[in-house]
Amino acid sequence: MPDSTLILNALAIQRAQTRIAHEIAERNEGSGDLVLVGIQRGGVPLAQRLSALLSGILGQRVPAGSLDVSMHRDDLDRRAAPNVQPTVIPFDVTGKTVVLVDDVLFRGRTVRAAMDALNDFGRPRRIQLAVLIDRGHRELPIKADFVGKNIPTAPAESVRVRLSEQGAADEVVVERGDRQASE
Amino acid sequence: MIWHRKHLLDIESLSAEEITLVLDTARAFKAVGERAIKKVPALRGKTVVNLFVEPSTRTRISFELSEQRLSADIINFTAEASSLKKGETLKDTARNLEALNADFIVMRHTAAGAPHFLARVLNASVINAGDGAHEHPTQALVDAFTIREHKGKFAGLNVTILSDILYSRVARSDLWALTKLGATVTLCGPSTLAPRVFEQMGCRVTHDVEEAIADADIINLLRIQHERQRKTMFPSLGEYASLFGLNKARLARAKPDALIMHPGPINRGVEIDSEIADSSRSLILEQVTNGLAVRMAVLFLVNGGKGPQEVAGG
Repeated sequence: MPDSTLILNALAIQRAQTRIAHEIAERNEGSGDLVLVGIQRGGVPLAQRLSALLSGILGQRVPAGSLDVSMHRDDLDRRAAPNVQPTVIPFDVTGKTVVLVDDVLFRGRTVRAAMDALNDFGRPRRIQLAVLIDRGHRELPIKADFVGKNIPTAPAESVRVRLSEQGAADEVVVERGDRQASE
Repeated sequence: MIWHRKHLLDIESLSAEEITLVLDTARAFKAVGERAIKKVPALRGKTVVNLFVEPSTRTRISFELSEQRLSADIINFTAEASSLKKGETLKDTARNLEALNADFIVMRHTAAGAPHFLARVLNASVINAGDGAHEHPTQALVDAFTIREHKGKFAGLNVTILSDILYSRVARSDLWALTKLGATVTLCGPSTLAPRVFEQMGCRVTHDVEEAIADADIINLLRIQHERQRKTMFPSLGEYASLFGLNKARLARAKPDALIMHPGPINRGVEIDSEIADSSRSLILEQVTNGLAVRMAVLFLVNGGKGPQEVAGG
């Protein structure tokens, strides 16, 4: 078991996602066509939570979909094939403001793949990015519009976001030692 | 579960977990085929050679479209048009194809084991698209995928494979796949085409159609392989149809929710009556659609199996 440090507990995660929801609502006030797309796997439960929060804040339903980016990754010939999760986008994204949602923003490559994958579903009016954790070390010119918490990390560390939808209690921990699968 | 194989040569050597991973991956690729834009860039810049030394239409077309939907570049190489006719050995043909920097070779061959041979002598990934009467792994994966979509599980499921078993590579691959996944398989056909020796592969063999289909949840009919039989193994097609063909009267005695499969091409009036082939209980055309999803999944997984097996995130 590697060393691990608790970064956010359940209450702090709840506060962070509530704040993100309010920021998304504020930024997109009056724009009407707002939809959320969670990136598999960690972004999907977050997108669903934000969908519920935003629907309450805005008084209108803000739908959430899920997007798997495996087929659009740029490292497919340098790794074992990723486990592909379902992509379910039960609305037309063309002309909408799409907020991509992920748990951790790291090198930016997943978000790049997500924007490519989203393109196959239509032409959004704009794409914004919401993440619970920004851990730095970007390799592409990508920046989040909404961030729950910025955490300085070393490249070899791994950030684990555990959400109650996956069984355990909500928490974010940083683990030191060998970095393992983070998808 | 992580896929580590560079080739897909047979079902016999796969584990149940590996088969399940292919089926799970195929589910995501089936969704791609239902979108307005049915193409993903997963194999962009890769070259696939479809080396079909034995004639094939539907499997070749299925592989071709799968490869195109993964954005690969494709070379089609068939026996009729090839230098194999001019006396070049298989190894030399394959080496020449590899000199074109082919990343994948999808191969159908009349000889059992030909894809295994290529996998030993080449650096490219080899996918078996049918070798003699040995195996047809992607068809078995298609069949398993289609069964799972309708029945949800394999445990406790009775699958009857009714036809020419002896000369059928699909029967062998299906048998491996379905028994590994936990289904109970019954083989049925004339005693010349469904010999008892198949019981050693962990299934039941019977020559009585009514008995074979009585408890079946899935009735998988295969084509009579005229071209592979050295001499006719039964007196006439008419006799086969009357003794073993699936007709309305026979189907009436099967379970009401039993579903019918056939990998095609079907011989209407021989192994299956037209009315049944076109009925709502027939999954024949779904198998064709699912063929694309499964073959995309196989190419996608095998591509990952070629590289260093580090798992990166972010």
